Amino acid sequence: MASALLHLGVLLLLPPLLLGVANRTKSWFSGRKGPPLFQAYFDLARLLRKGLVVSRTTTAVFPAGPLVALAAAVLAGLLVPLGPAPLLGFAGDAVAAVYLLALGRFFTAAAALDTGSAFEGMGAAREVSFASMAEPVVFLAFLCLTRLSGGLTLSAMLSPGHMAPAWSAAGPSLALLAASVFVVLLAEGCRIPFDDPNTHLELTMIHEVMVLDHSGPLFGLVLYGAAVKFLVLGAVLVRIAVPAATGSPWLDQAAFVAGLLALAAGVGVVESVMARLRLTHVPTLLTAAGVLSGFAFLLLLR
Amino acid sequence: MEALLDLLLVAIVLLNFFVLGTSRLRAVIRAVGAQGVILGVLPLLAHGAAGPRALLVVLPPVLLKGIVIPAMLMRALRTAQIKREVEPFLGFAPSLVLGALGMAAALALSQQLPLLPGQRSGLVVPASLATVLVGFVLLTTRLKAITQVLGYLVLENGIFLFGLLLMEAMPFLLEIAALLDLFVAIFVMGIILNHISREFSDIDTQHLSALRE
Repeated sequence: MASALLHLGVLLLLPPLLLGVANRTKSWFSGRKGPPLFQAYFDLARLLRKGLVVSRTTTAVFPAGPLVALAAAVLAGLLVPLGPAPLLGFAGDAVAAVYLLALGRFFTAAAALDTGSAFEGMGAAREVSFASMAEPVVFLAFLCLTRLSGGLTLSAMLSPGHMAPAWSAAGPSLALLAASVFVVLLAEGCRIPFDDPNTHLELTMIHEVMVLDHSGPLFGLVLYGAAVKFLVLGAVLVRIAVPAATGSPWLDQAAFVAGLLALAAGVGVVESVMARLRLTHVPTLLTAAGVLSGFAFLLLLR
Repeated sequence: MEALLDLLLVAIVLLNFFVLGTSRLRAVIRAVGAQGVILGVLPLLAHGAAGPRALLVVLPPVLLKGIVIPAMLMRALRTAQIKREVEPFLGFAPSLVLGALGMAAALALSQQLPLLPGQRSGLVVPASLATVLVGFVLLTTRLKAITQVLGYLVLENGIFLFGLLLMEAMPFLLEIAALLDLFVAIFVMGIILNHISREFSDIDTQHLSALRE
């Protein structure tokens, strides 16, 4: 029971804090004081109190976008091991998790198309075309993890008990996997080399452009859903990269949460030291991530 | 030792992919240099030898591949005022995929090769074959003289890596390879400068004739 509560707590309460940590890291790099760590929570509270303006051309799909995206991200988060003990799981739930995220993406894109704005349609087109390159990378990564652990559920694949010996057996391929999942995390979390969450430059927007028409509570849900999705993918990466198996589940949990915060800080560092890619170079980087995870798989097959 | 060797071999393969996928010439030159340095250090790891003789084997390749040749190429970039982009025939994503296919083919092929049972790391042969293949890809799909030279260097790195297997049998061969590097460096620089000077005049005349037609 305590483990389940902890899992839910990490899933529902931690995501905005990760954004706060990333933002603080960025401001530290640029020598600013930066927003408070809990700024994302304040923003969400503010947005949820606001009224709603909905365009007359929209249908029921428009509010469904943020709602489904958030629900899908939370469901996927239930399958990924976030607590000391596995919460939910069934054979092949990795596939379910990937497709839940895809479902959320589909509805976000559909809601963007629903507004009838050509501009948001452009964003939706970009989003799905990049996602179609990012998804195979995640699948390849799960394929490798399945081969390493022999488990068919996410919690078995990513359990520290499996991961720690795997590092000594197949360190190089796990390092490659971690790198490719990190690239996907940056792409999906609309982070700098792919997309800048802070600018609103028409020519380069991918994720923000789809939610221009969402206001108030719906926009809050969009932001929260994106943060949850970031946490879910980040959790997979942290489970791969920091296999804490100390023997005490609570210590492991503490190490996992610390790993998540460190990952957020790392994303902040990447955002500070890198420039944005030209839009035409995004597929190259995603292909490279795919090649990395493919190479990891080849190394495992030997 | 084995784990470290494997890790370095993986790093070499990753540098291959990096060279295939990046568009900045300086970065490509640096990557090829880094690959050379890793290659130069490998004999020490693979054979655990230390001493003056080992240093003699290790130092020349490291100095040449890691410092001298990249410095020369950078100088060529500066003096010939080449545009610092790669401009491939083939896009970066396709060449990356080609590289990945090459890696898979190298792994498959190395299963079939009649190697000695006690062959060092299972990765040496596939990594060397993959590096050779990537060198071929670079040689054939890049336009400029300087990128072709880089492809040639990657190819040579792959051959050197394969030579690692013969280290015990013929250390002499490796030292010869180092000398060959030196020869290649000088030879290549001559070719580069020649190519470039010719290419630049060529390009101009072609532009002019196109205008006339």
